[in-house]
Amino acid sequence: MLKLENVHVYYGKIHALKGISVEVREGELVTMLGSNGAGKSTTLMTISGILQPRDGHITYDGHDLGKVSPYDIVRSGIIQCPEGRRIFGGLTVLENLRMGAVRRRDQRGTQEDLEWVCTLFPVLGQRLRQTGATLSGGEQQMLAIGRALMARPRLLMLDEPSLGLAPLIVQTIFDVIRQLHARGVTILLVEQNARQALQVADRGYLLETGRVVLSGPVDELRANPDVERFYLGGSAT
Amino acid sequence: MTTSQYLLQQAINAISIGSLYALMAIGLAMVFGILRLINFAHGDLIMVGSYTALLLLVIGVPFWAAALAGMTASMLAGLIMERVAYRPIRGAPDVAMLLTSFAVTIFLENSAVLIFGPTSRPFQGPAILGTALEFGRLRIASVDIIAIVVTGILLVLLTLFITHTEVGIAMRAASQDLLAAQLMGINVNRVIAYAFAIGSMLAGVVGLLWSVRVGKIDPLMGFYPVLKAFVASVIGGLGSLPGAVLGGYVLGILEIMLQGLLPTSLTPFRDAFVFVTLIILLLFRPNGILGATEREKI
Repeated sequence: MLKLENVHVYYGKIHALKGISVEVREGELVTMLGSNGAGKSTTLMTISGILQPRDGHITYDGHDLGKVSPYDIVRSGIIQCPEGRRIFGGLTVLENLRMGAVRRRDQRGTQEDLEWVCTLFPVLGQRLRQTGATLSGGEQQMLAIGRALMARPRLLMLDEPSLGLAPLIVQTIFDVIRQLHARGVTILLVEQNARQALQVADRGYLLETGRVVLSGPVDELRANPDVERFYLGGSAT
Repeated sequence: MTTSQYLLQQAINAISIGSLYALMAIGLAMVFGILRLINFAHGDLIMVGSYTALLLLVIGVPFWAAALAGMTASMLAGLIMERVAYRPIRGAPDVAMLLTSFAVTIFLENSAVLIFGPTSRPFQGPAILGTALEFGRLRIASVDIIAIVVTGILLVLLTLFITHTEVGIAMRAASQDLLAAQLMGINVNRVIAYAFAIGSMLAGVVGLLWSVRVGKIDPLMGFYPVLKAFVASVIGGLGSLPGAVLGGYVLGILEIMLQGLLPTSLTPFRDAFVFVTLIILLLFRPNGILGATEREKI
């Protein structure tokens, strides 16, 4: 479905992605792990068309995404829920959700999805008229995911959805990710919470300083002693 | 004239001038909100609209048609300005954008001087705008009433636009978080074009009311209004639309109050007092009256 081949991205002179190859197949839940600065968010921003690769290819359903604008990428079904939530604080919850569906023209489907999002996150349904800024951190994350879902994504990219949240909320978020996966939504999940991510995902990639250093099914990754030591915090003996 | 009549007259004066500042400030705020660009060339849109209207009036076009053409000319000038001058440098440092806006100002003003000459020209509105309504000894210029009413109507329409239409909501979204707006698939170019079109059209309206009020126009006529509008939007909170409106009215009231209260020997320094007030305000509310006090949530 989505294929990155040898993608290089620069921020000015900084070589942020040094030839990344990642593949996400239809219906899969793929996770991308790595510490700060490994290039995870950069990868997502490149897929979303915000950053341009200097070298390499990104293809989606066989089409080249190299020169496609961010909003056409959204229209093709690739939706990113960015790190740090980035909800529109001055807009109401309902307006935030409407903005998620801004590229859609099917009113009935949009309305159905609005109801679905409100059943997925009942707290949003209760606060449709409140502004986003009045929500708690966890509720804002739910709004950010809900807003992304309003686009009816074919490929949903979640960037650190559990960052800075209380353990109970993290559970809720991961439950929703599981549900979405079960519904058949293809998901690319970027996480620092490797333990949780490896539990829900099918396959994973491990990034270090702009390179993929390890990839494979999650069982393999979990069994890898380096992953165990550095990302799962296990005691290596 | 009694004291209460005098106060009423001054109040209408203040609200009328405040309305014009508010309309100008909205244009600045819309663009600043999304692009972090202080578009000083916004004032010259006033000039473009007024000269277009004047040219048509001179050849005998009725006022309403000339006014409509003037507003359209301002709007088109704003759209062209965005496309030619600002879009190519989008994402550049704020200073680069600010300097570009100065360049646009210089270009437009000097073009006007070349085409129309540096001297001012009389601008006559229709007779109805030149009259004053008299209530006993109270005299209210009809152009003031029209400025207040027109502004009121435009503010209602604008509020409906930014709260009820998809483009309007997208505009607010883009001004809060441009990157997130892009990630949601908001067509940023379209939203920015709308911001320029609406703001420029409002500048066109201000231009006509201003010209009728002053009775003459000249190529540099946009300088003071844009400066005042900038002050108004800083008072209200740069980038906030309600703030721009509030700031416009506060500035108008402040100016008229100082005009009335200062001893005659000090009235030439009225603007200095206005700026002192602004400095004091910013000491207490650095983001303006309605400016966002950014608060990170964890």
